[in-house]
Amino acid sequence: MSQTDNIMRPEPHRILKITHETQAEFTFRVEFSRPSRFGQFCMLSIPKVGEAPISISGTGEDWVEFTIRKVGRLTEGVFELREGSTIFLRGPYGKPWPVEETFAGAEQSLVVISGGTGLAPVRTTLNWFYAHPEQIRTLYLIAGFKDAGGALYNEERERWAQAEHFRTVYTLDDTEAPGFEKGMVTAHIGKIPFASFGENYHVAIVGPPPMMHFSALECLKHGVPEEKIWVSYERKMQCAVGKCGHCKINETYVCLEGPVFHYPKAKTLFD
Amino acid sequence: MGYRVDHERMNGILAELSEKYRVYGPAFDAQKKRVQYREIRRIEQIVYDRQSDFSPKAAYYPVSQVMFYFREDRADDSELQDDREILVFARSCDIHASRRLDDIFLKNGDAEDLFYRRLREKVRFVLMECGEGYENCFCVSLGTNRTEDYALAVRFGGDGLLIDVRDEAFAPYFAEAPEEEFTVRFVTENRKKLRIPEISRGNLRQVSKLEYWKQFDDRCIACGGCNTVCGTCACFDTVDVVYHEGSREGERRRVWSGCMLEDFTRTAGGAVSRKTHGANMRFKVLHKFYDYWDRFGAEHMCVGCGRCDIRCPKEISFFDTVCGLHDEIGKL
Repeated sequence: MSQTDNIMRPEPHRILKITHETQAEFTFRVEFSRPSRFGQFCMLSIPKVGEAPISISGTGEDWVEFTIRKVGRLTEGVFELREGSTIFLRGPYGKPWPVEETFAGAEQSLVVISGGTGLAPVRTTLNWFYAHPEQIRTLYLIAGFKDAGGALYNEERERWAQAEHFRTVYTLDDTEAPGFEKGMVTAHIGKIPFASFGENYHVAIVGPPPMMHFSALECLKHGVPEEKIWVSYERKMQCAVGKCGHCKINETYVCLEGPVFHYPKAKTLFD
Repeated sequence: MGYRVDHERMNGILAELSEKYRVYGPAFDAQKKRVQYREIRRIEQIVYDRQSDFSPKAAYYPVSQVMFYFREDRADDSELQDDREILVFARSCDIHASRRLDDIFLKNGDAEDLFYRRLREKVRFVLMECGEGYENCFCVSLGTNRTEDYALAVRFGGDGLLIDVRDEAFAPYFAEAPEEEFTVRFVTENRKKLRIPEISRGNLRQVSKLEYWKQFDDRCIACGGCNTVCGTCACFDTVDVVYHEGSREGERRRVWSGCMLEDFTRTAGGAVSRKTHGANMRFKVLHKFYDYWDRFGAEHMCVGCGRCDIRCPKEISFFDTVCGLHDEIGKL
């Protein structure tokens, strides 16, 4: 008998805490002791409902968090769970944001541009730099939401906004609300003082595909070289280990080579 | 060593083999009116004088497979129900197709796929001679017309078979059969000769953007039949089955899926990456004729069996589509 492991079998994990971020988005804190890296994801599942890839949006010593938007069959099932319930998961999977190896540095700046729930996969990165001011010169965050009701992580965003080494723009697509600017994230990219960074910066973009596409183009328009940009993709996945075929773009498997891609590679991927 | 074996003797040998092997062959399904792979007990069940409608992949990559069982608070691995080895009557192109599936399930990513591995490592092939080949074949264009990966080779005809025993482990089964010189013949020419498109990283985007793909927006109906009959299509979905309402006890299965189906790229949030049938056709053609080659480096994924051409209810020929793409690229 071969020693091959059952890579598709998830393990049960206890839900420690559920935070209502918005009406449609909850954060689930789940008991979890395996190491994970910035921007990786797990396959979450509930018997009967199914399985889907969800980004890790928070980490602690013995837990991870997932911010889940109530949009599909799986996520609706997740919303019926309570603290103390069990959820099945496997992972983490995927290539992470290169935070410590590339983004960090006393002379470096980092520009993070997120759209909607796209803030979830960069939340661990933002919190790490928040806790380690010596690891970055300035962190610029442009976080866009559809409307104020859809804005995630209110308390953390407040803390980030007040941190000395953070510069934040929170923006709503087409409504006005206190504490928010108006307009798509792309409308605010021009405010980033790219020219003052010299060579010492990187850009991380994550959100819906059109938002990432146009944000990257806007950065390029402002003179950002392609190799400074990183993006993170969300695709349908049924295995997350390179077998099921759903996430494949050209010859690339997003579960194996992504979800985080360096832009020079990402721009070669197309549907 | 070659042997002449009549049907009666062969049926005795199959009975003997069945103690150690599950034997799969292309058999006629009267209800579905098609030739597809199933476990066989008698040699007369095997349809040898035409191509099977389905590839043999179901023998080692079943349409539906239990991966594990959910209990209340744990998940338990599925076990193999049958420990016997697997003997598959297959054509040369189909044996090549099994290597394509091996690349996906055993070599892609860091880990091997348990469910595939534990069936695949049991498989031995009985090569079925193809004579002159069949109407839709284009194996010669892809180099899949020949193989040495077989335990036995067989030529059907009249009331008996000629058998070449390549794997000596099978020789005892044939010890009482009369010997007869037999060297398996491979197809050396097909009526259909594929014009293989010249695709590279340099022209990939241009190729993807060709107007050419739009003709399939309406012509293709996204039934996925081409994926189903293909010996090299590996994609799957996962499906949960719960034994009774309100229970958390059940099983997670995987079932064949296909890139031509409309929901293939649809995420939980409803985003669809490839939105048209033409885009799906482009994806499939480029997967079979560029992406796989780019990733694994030696051969194209398609083995030229031509089954998808027979299967398509809208008479879309994959062969013509690939040749047509070659010609379109020539005009760039």
